[in-house]
Amino acid sequence: MANNNGRRDFMGKALGGFTALGGLGALYAMKRTWDPLPSVKAAGFTTLNMKEYKEGQLVTEKWRGKPIFVLKQTPATIEKLKKEKPDDLKRLIKVGDAHYTVCIGLCTHLGCIPGFRPEEQDFLCACHGGMYDITAQVTKAPPPRGLDIPPFRIDGEKLVLGEEGPEYKKMLEDGITMPV
Amino acid sequence: MAHFDENARPFSHKWLNERLAVDTLKRVLSTEYWIPKNINFLWAMGMVLAATFGLLLISGIFLLMYYQPNTQLAFDSVNYTIMSEVGYGWLWRHIHGVGASVVFLIIYIHMFTGIYYGSYKRGRELIWLSGMLLFVLFSAEAFSGYMLPWGQMSYWAGMVITNLFSMGGLHLNGLVEWIRGDYVPGQAFLNRFFMLHVLLVPLAIIGVIVLHFGTLRIPHVNNQDGEEIDFEEAAELYKAGKVKESKVIPFNPVFLSKDVFVMGVYFVIFFYLVFYHFEFAMDPVNFDPADPLKTPTHIYPEWYFLWSYEVLRPFSTNIGLIAFAFAQVIFFLLPFLDRSPNVAPASRRGLFKYWFWALLIDMIILTFMGKLPPEGIWSTIGLVAALTFFGLWIALPIITSKEKKL
Amino acid sequence: MKELKILGVVVVFTLILYWGVEPFAHSQMHKHVEGHDFKYPDLPALKVKGNAENGKALVAACVGCHSIKSQGMAAPMDAVTSAQTYGVNPPDLSNMGALLDEKFFAHFLLDPAKVTKSKHFAMPPSAGSEQDAADIVAYFKSIAPKEISPKEAYETACGRCHANRYDHWTQIGEVPKTKSNIKTGVDLDALAFKKKVGIYENKLADYMGKLPPDLSIIIRARSEQFLETFVEDPQSQLPGTAMPRVGLTKEGYEKVKDYLEKTGDPSKPKREELGPWVIGYFILFAFLAFLWKKSIWKGHH
Repeated sequence: MANNNGRRDFMGKALGGFTALGGLGALYAMKRTWDPLPSVKAAGFTTLNMKEYKEGQLVTEKWRGKPIFVLKQTPATIEKLKKEKPDDLKRLIKVGDAHYTVCIGLCTHLGCIPGFRPEEQDFLCACHGGMYDITAQVTKAPPPRGLDIPPFRIDGEKLVLGEEGPEYKKMLEDGITMPV
Repeated sequence: MAHFDENARPFSHKWLNERLAVDTLKRVLSTEYWIPKNINFLWAMGMVLAATFGLLLISGIFLLMYYQPNTQLAFDSVNYTIMSEVGYGWLWRHIHGVGASVVFLIIYIHMFTGIYYGSYKRGRELIWLSGMLLFVLFSAEAFSGYMLPWGQMSYWAGMVITNLFSMGGLHLNGLVEWIRGDYVPGQAFLNRFFMLHVLLVPLAIIGVIVLHFGTLRIPHVNNQDGEEIDFEEAAELYKAGKVKESKVIPFNPVFLSKDVFVMGVYFVIFFYLVFYHFEFAMDPVNFDPADPLKTPTHIYPEWYFLWSYEVLRPFSTNIGLIAFAFAQVIFFLLPFLDRSPNVAPASRRGLFKYWFWALLIDMIILTFMGKLPPEGIWSTIGLVAALTFFGLWIALPIITSKEKKL
Repeated sequence: MKELKILGVVVVFTLILYWGVEPFAHSQMHKHVEGHDFKYPDLPALKVKGNAENGKALVAACVGCHSIKSQGMAAPMDAVTSAQTYGVNPPDLSNMGALLDEKFFAHFLLDPAKVTKSKHFAMPPSAGSEQDAADIVAYFKSIAPKEISPKEAYETACGRCHANRYDHWTQIGEVPKTKSNIKTGVDLDALAFKKKVGIYENKLADYMGKLPPDLSIIIRARSEQFLETFVEDPQSQLPGTAMPRVGLTKEGYEKVKDYLEKTGDPSKPKREELGPWVIGYFILFAFLAFLWKKSIWKGHH
């Protein structure tokens, strides 16, 4: 009888384990079903024609459904930054002769859209009071860091969002922005 | 006032027992839920059905994530997004489509098992009635689900079946429009059948499944010989270790172990159909998008509705509808039309034996004719089979009341 | 043993049921059409041999309406204007030599309406003699690429009448990638393209009598046998249909079928890959369950 019980337990456990294995397979299929669709991923490219932007005017574009801030900096701002905040210059993208702030317009705190204040030359997030300077670097908590810069590749006068060019990779290496 | 031990560790066995009576639950529902030993694999069909329902539920949940209940988008959301974009979307759809068809095969096997062994009598009437209710609910679930891909068959089946509610000569056209929410099956129709398919009907099905299990508990499961077993006595014998002499086995693990084996074999066949032989469950005509201006050359219901469709078809509108209504309810009345006191396999019940096989074969013939074009010899055979169907049910009380008591 | 007998009864009845509602019912519902393997036996064999050099000179007449892009000859009109002129956009001829049956092609040049079995075929007879026709065919065979893709086969043979939305194909070409205005959400380029397709489809529907269906998922909506015999000779399956006989070779048809399978049944390779694993899993599962059952039931009988 004891012997029989042992065999019974063993077979029960073997079957249970094998069922769990099948369950894992099914879970994998379910996980894949939740993944973003290939068409969603493929649609993650946006090409911006940088010539179209005017100095000092913030334009909101869309990439992967998220707002993208594009701000062509004036030469005066660049001069000022060189003197006061040289580190912030690294956050700018140079296309042709001009410097641009291109970043995802979602607060790095909890994802609200910060508002641009032309007079103050900064961004204020109304949700929790986070502030960013003209290059979208954080100046006042709670946001942990400046607005994230989307992956980009410079293509002549154009900027392709969603592709990683050498300038973007360098920014990642230097810790200027984080992968998104 | 219940007694709660203050020192019991939270979620320990004792703690749970005091709050949830887990030991009692386990005893009543599984280890001391007694099943007769004298059964065959057909008794596993209940668990096979439960497993198939589970597969339908899970695959349905994942289909729901990308399905669009919109007449403009539904077809492509199923045939393009789910079939080619969603990871394993094709697998869920094939499981769902094949499952919907196979579940009816198992239901029919389950039903005819009940009829053959007389499992609807002597205290088991409610098992039969709740089971028939499940059959009706599954039919509603199958029909509403068939609307969702919004192909040609969806649209025209929706048109034809809802037209049945005009009640022929009664011309209740207002009722038909009320059911559709439109003059033709349109957006309102698709949305409400979507609601029925994913919420109301499944809720009702789950409820009635619980009821169906509940109706089993007191009369117990029937056995191969229709033998009346003293379950308490047999259970004592089993618990005393005389498992060989006892006429019963506990549901868990003894009955279950056989069920699981049967399920294993069933799943081999099921998944063979899912991967390699799904055409029977996914009609080609429904891969043409719905077109309200063009009826397909051949329209027919899925195979499991064909017999009742054929009962309707050979007659003029009004008689056909009456015949159809008769076919829908007559199975409910089986426990009351069978006048014999015998609970035994049909093979030992004299004329009933012939009645059983005649009914089965007649329904298969009706099923064949239901799909064939209603022309020439097929119409005649269909008419004869439909009349035979009624004849058999009229004959049932007569032949069973004359049956000798065993 | 009794259980096996019962199983036998269940299996037999199930199989009879299956036979009746599937193979038998379908054999009664659809008329049986015998295919001819794309050999076109109704057309007589050619009595002459073609000369590609002579054909090249004759082809000058073709490019009045058609393009031959592989030879650098552009179409005289764009697709929409062509449809407004002829009812349908005349095909590019680059791949014709690779796709069409030689015999069919030559007879087609002599009498397009008769050979396509289409009542109102826009193209007039385009070869003066059998020799001319054979020469033109020889020319197109000489410029035909060795290998053409399933998609190219579809575009040439079907794509000017039949859209394939699952592959973003319209009768006038691929749906272009456009961008909507960020402030209004209006995508003028997409609307303009839609309008062009709309004009083309209206003209096409006038020409054919109805709009030829989108073929995205036709591979699952029709049986393999139907598609093959229908493409070989549309009149054999749908008498009176406006669809012309296209004259594909067997290989040409296989290419088109590959493409339709790719757009209409893309999960086929995935099914074939995963199927054996899942079925193998349940065979092993059933085996383990059997052993478990045996160990549990020990001493019960």
